[in-house]
Amino acid sequence: MKSSVIVFPGSNCDRDVAVALEKLQFKNSMIWHKETELPKSDLIVVPGGFSYGDYLRSGAIAAKSNILSEVISAGKKGSLILGICNGFQILIECGLLQGALLRNSGLKFISKDIFVKVQSNKNKFFNKYKTGEILKLNIAHNEGNYFTDKKHLEELENNELIPLKYSDQKGNINLKTNPNGSINNIAGIFNKNKNILGMMPHPERMADKVLSGEDGLGLFLSLMN
Amino acid sequence: MKFAVTVTLKKDVLDPQGKVVGQTLKNMGIKNLNQVRQGKFFEIDMNEEDSAKAEAQVKEMCEKLLANQIIEDFKIKKAE
Repeated sequence: MKSSVIVFPGSNCDRDVAVALEKLQFKNSMIWHKETELPKSDLIVVPGGFSYGDYLRSGAIAAKSNILSEVISAGKKGSLILGICNGFQILIECGLLQGALLRNSGLKFISKDIFVKVQSNKNKFFNKYKTGEILKLNIAHNEGNYFTDKKHLEELENNELIPLKYSDQKGNINLKTNPNGSINNIAGIFNKNKNILGMMPHPERMADKVLSGEDGLGLFLSLMN
Repeated sequence: MKFAVTVTLKKDVLDPQGKVVGQTLKNMGIKNLNQVRQGKFFEIDMNEEDSAKAEAQVKEMCEKLLANQIIEDFKIKKAE
């Protein structure tokens, strides 16, 4: 499997993702945002961080960079794209995913371990997990409060396009287990064809037992399936 | 030719920063305050004589980059 990780000025989770991918024998390339061509990849990762210092809106400037037009056309052709945290914000700003990520309802930057419940494993990204499985992952963001209109929300809910929702350790999904005010406790969404995933939690930070845990590893294993 | 652009969150989108600023102003004793909405301000200087053309370009800038129209509204004003 070949993967490409896009790197912007201010990306800071790019190497963590690369380490996780290489651990699983992905042949990974790091792609600088000024590049105009993307090598042939089975998976494109838009990593977390603070691209362009979050100027204007998180992800807004990165969404207009050279390489993004390549990412957009690859995504439209069906390539697998994973956007994590700031990467999720970028995928939204460039229009590959619908909706918006607003400032956290509590107005604070949140960096902590949280629990998410897998809502559906019938896709390329979560097929190694069980539906209903509870994962401990890490979040670190200021704008993770997902918002979309009623019609799109219904479309997401009715077509298994929400793979992850914030929960507690027992799997309860409610206001108390919602860290950032995200509508319906959404932690990640797919596009219609389920080849593009955006998620706020960081699976790459939970890809090694020695460091912090392995709950995120299944996502990368699923992609190899 | 200068333009003043303001970008604010749409009415039905929660503006937590504006809310906190409004609450603080109320706490400071301003009792007749209804609400505060916080936004962004851009001063755009265009090297263009044709004001209609320049304004159309600024509008395009707003639509393509300055505002996220899913959650934000923008207003353009020609500055003297």
